[in-house]
Amino acid sequence: MADPSELNVNRREVMAGAGACAAVAVAPLSAGAQPTPVETPVLTQVSFNVNGQSHALEVDTRTTLLDALREHLRLTGTKKGCDHGQCGACTVLVDGRRINSCLTLAVMHQGNTVTTIEGIGAPDNLHPMQAAFIKHDGYQCGYCTPGQICSGLAVLDEIKAGIPSHVTADLTGPVQLSEAEIRERMSGNICRCGAYSNIVEAMTEVAERQG
Amino acid sequence: MRSFTYERAKTAIEAAAAVARTPGAKFIAGGTNLLDLMKLQIETPTHLVDVNGLKLDTIEPTPEGGLRIGALVRNTDLAADERVRRDYAVLSRALLAGASGQLRNRATTAGNLLQRTRCPYFYDTAQPCNKRQPGSGCSALDGVSRQLGIVGVSDACIATNPSDMAVAMRALDAVVETVRPDGAGRTISIAEFHRLPGDTPHLETALEPGELITAVTLPPPVGGRQIYRKVRDRASYAFALVSVAAVIHQNGTGRVAVGGVAHKPWRIEAAEADLPRGSKVVTEQLLADAKPTHDNAFKRPLVERTIGAVISQARS
Repeated sequence: MADPSELNVNRREVMAGAGACAAVAVAPLSAGAQPTPVETPVLTQVSFNVNGQSHALEVDTRTTLLDALREHLRLTGTKKGCDHGQCGACTVLVDGRRINSCLTLAVMHQGNTVTTIEGIGAPDNLHPMQAAFIKHDGYQCGYCTPGQICSGLAVLDEIKAGIPSHVTADLTGPVQLSEAEIRERMSGNICRCGAYSNIVEAMTEVAERQG
Repeated sequence: MRSFTYERAKTAIEAAAAVARTPGAKFIAGGTNLLDLMKLQIETPTHLVDVNGLKLDTIEPTPEGGLRIGALVRNTDLAADERVRRDYAVLSRALLAGASGQLRNRATTAGNLLQRTRCPYFYDTAQPCNKRQPGSGCSALDGVSRQLGIVGVSDACIATNPSDMAVAMRALDAVVETVRPDGAGRTISIAEFHRLPGDTPHLETALEPGELITAVTLPPPVGGRQIYRKVRDRASYAFALVSVAAVIHQNGTGRVAVGGVAHKPWRIEAAEADLPRGSKVVTEQLLADAKPTHDNAFKRPLVERTIGAVISQARS
């Protein structure tokens, strides 16, 4: 298969174009229904490290970490699903912990280290979790997958660190890896295609290989 | 989202003073609830004071033998703390029953206490809501009220407090520590911290303008079997229809606080003397003044059965 980057038009550009058209089409309607007050954006500086590279950005204070990653740094691997912290598509690792990048402001991450799906693996150098998702069919449309993989990696770390969950039977004992533990801990990542059981298989394989 | 200015506070007093002197200012910590509401323009702060840099993220023993939980301790870290897991298991269980792993990694102890209701009419800016827009009316009274409150409600509001953590803290007699803009500190018992809606449902806590939560303290461990039972529409990542935080001793006595039924964690200490007699008599007292709607009348038997299940579990 040809490398997508060699093609003149890739799916990402087509989708971005379609989004822009849709925005133009609905703009007059919503503008007529409820005039939006014109506000002066407040700009601010913030710098953080993403996937090993330092970035200094000037952003509107309203910019979420998700929008900073996608719109400013063009790291579009991290997805915007609900934009309200309900679906988990925007999950990234900040200082090693998984969070919803849509529910945090970029300016709140001065000096932090962010890892996105682009920093986890690449098509020619897959992370074992990515390879396991492919092997076990842990996705269908793939939109939730970057969030699932970031969350999946963090979940295995959380279990290793002994952080309990809602289904951990004994709060004072060690935490054992199980299907129930994985399912409970992954409940913040919604998959509209319903690949859940295959995601559990992929994560289980990676966890067992890690030992 | 409305435009706002932003600053990072360096001390708690500085943060409190900044919010007090700036009209429309708010604190931001985890931001998991505030930013959601800002995107919907339900919250429209003109200035945000970021308190994440304050060193309020440790859990320390108190001289009395309890624990002092810093305001910025994340929900994940509080639930995973060895002392909390051993001595205050009901708190650990309540935290783990709430939200998702990603949200618990960001959400803070103080922010959890301050989260707003998930009443669908509070979220729908096209509908009247006395909490969102005082005096506009309550859409929930004649609306879809299955999730909403049954006790301590008013003609102005039947919203519930969505926190799991606060229900456990109510059962544990936690105390909220604050600092005011003039630098003076005070303590507020968890029982007094959240208000009933009355005719001012937009006022949800005892906090004054600019007053900042710095910590929550837990009294020395009370022992007993500590159980948090949450009944919800999904097995994970859903708000409670009814939840019960309980501490039950071997002789059957104990404490019980109920979530999902009121504008605050619901506990009536006088009812607890009847815990050895079973859930029916306790629930009768807890919900004596209940005014459920047609949609949420099921919560009364659900409270009774959930308390019953907790008592059985404690005996097992």
